[in-house]
Amino acid sequence: MTDTIPTTPEAVRKSAAAADARRRRKARPASRQWRRRGLMAAYIVFVLLPIYWLLNMSFQSNTEILGGLTLWPETFTLEHYAKIFTDSNWYMGYVNSITYVLMNMAITIVVALPAAYAFSRYQFIGDKHLFFWLLTNLMAPPAVFLLPYFQLYYTVGLFDTHIAVALAHCLFNIPLAVWILEGFMSGVPKEIDETAFIDGYSFPKFFVKIFIPMISSGIGVTLFFLFMFSWVELLLASTLTATDAQPIASVMTQTKGASGIDWGTLAAAGTLTILPGIVVVYFVRHHIAKGFALGRT
Amino acid sequence: MNKVQNNRAWWLILPMLLLVAFSAIIPLMTVVNYSVQDVFDANTRFFTGAEWFKEMLNDPELHAAVLRQFAFSLTVLAIEVPLGIGIALLMPKKGWQASAVLILVTMPLLIPWNVVGSIWQIFTRGDIGLMGWSLRELGYGYNITASPVDAWVTIILMDVWHWTPLIALLCYSGLRSIPDAYYQAARIDRASKWAVFRFIQLPKLTNVLVIGVLLRFMHSFMIYAEPFVLTGGGPGSSTTFLSQSLTTMAIGQQDLGPSAAFSLIYFLIILLVSWVFYTAIMNMQKDNKKEGEA
Repeated sequence: MTDTIPTTPEAVRKSAAAADARRRRKARPASRQWRRRGLMAAYIVFVLLPIYWLLNMSFQSNTEILGGLTLWPETFTLEHYAKIFTDSNWYMGYVNSITYVLMNMAITIVVALPAAYAFSRYQFIGDKHLFFWLLTNLMAPPAVFLLPYFQLYYTVGLFDTHIAVALAHCLFNIPLAVWILEGFMSGVPKEIDETAFIDGYSFPKFFVKIFIPMISSGIGVTLFFLFMFSWVELLLASTLTATDAQPIASVMTQTKGASGIDWGTLAAAGTLTILPGIVVVYFVRHHIAKGFALGRT
Repeated sequence: MNKVQNNRAWWLILPMLLLVAFSAIIPLMTVVNYSVQDVFDANTRFFTGAEWFKEMLNDPELHAAVLRQFAFSLTVLAIEVPLGIGIALLMPKKGWQASAVLILVTMPLLIPWNVVGSIWQIFTRGDIGLMGWSLRELGYGYNITASPVDAWVTIILMDVWHWTPLIALLCYSGLRSIPDAYYQAARIDRASKWAVFRFIQLPKLTNVLVIGVLLRFMHSFMIYAEPFVLTGGGPGSSTTFLSQSLTTMAIGQQDLGPSAAFSLIYFLIILLVSWVFYTAIMNMQKDNKKEGEA
């Protein structure tokens, strides 16, 4: 009977582990694992196919593109990329886009951090109404603001500058940042603040030295969303700029020439717009995988 | 959390407030201003009161655009939310596969919206696009410039491709924040997969889902660049959504008064739907909590 009822702690642990492994094998047979992987792979193929097609086309010459359907570039060419990197009109589009996105991220995070702190820690007159009003700005369709923005920025002399686009994107990015950051900050116990103040920290010192490092992954996630929504927006960015600060997205609309659309260059330019996004996701992947629960609980 | 009553918190809010006010209140006032006037040129204008609003509310073309918009938004939500949750559950949790899948899945989100339109334009063309060409080879006369049904299906497919990752990403992150102890407890109770989903995962996802659905609703309601590039609103006006009607009216035809009135109505619809949705969810959560306590 000694082999059925384990007596030493060591044996108990061993038999429990064995039972656990048995149950796990039973609950998750290999076939189900493979079905999961299959479904995931199918979705990834769905995501990648259109992007592959873009990539494929960017390496083909225009005669090959229009000559017939080829599943991969038969005459591999880099002429479209060469065109983009040598024509200042093209590559400045990327520089302009990245410039206003970074400006927007900097402005937004600087004003959103204290605001989110105020919303998460204090009660003050009008706080709930103010929060709701902030969120309504997230819901304003950019198309509504096209004309007034054009007139406003033209009047104050900011038309066709990077800062104009950066400020315009604050309309939806600041509310989003406050919303996300507020959730993260509410997850930090208030005792931390109180202890720091008792220890003699001034508010700015506490905020920069203690509080910001504590919510660093929240800031990472927020910056990711700020980048995302500023980088992909086109309507406001192209309305507020003409030549000096033109975003890449509106440079791309110029590929329609006299001889029809220059498909190859369009595809190469499109491929290059995907790269900054991949870099940004790569940097925040751990923060996302660590898990965050947005919103007020 | 117990919050301290302190009106000095306004100082922390002030910079943010000034900035948003500059971007939101001044332009909004301009729109309101236009919506009640008939502007001929810089010096000639008449006060018209609610006339533009009446005209817009009775415009059959706009009614059609609003209906199309709702049909589109509800369809994409109905597809993207369940699909996004499913993808989030399938995504690997550890190791290099987790990072790789995360980056691949997120990719469509970070592509500029008009490039998304271009990608799908290239992908679906009958002569040079993989999807368009394959469908034709299979014997289906696929043509998004002639058939409204094809155009609709393609735009919805594009939107699912583009935005399901947002729901998946939010849900994945929400799922990762569930402590392992919950799953261990469920294993001890021999809970079925469905029970684990229904009683552990779904409740934890409610918050992220509220944000995800709200964001998706708002963005799908404002959709502009993707269909504009892909179909240009056609064939006919079968895929002309509200933003596009609005920009045509405001920039193309320079009808400032009517388009301003239209803008405000448009804004109010989004506001109303979002508010109803948000309040409904919050009340549901309150009821759930009460039941839990009782």
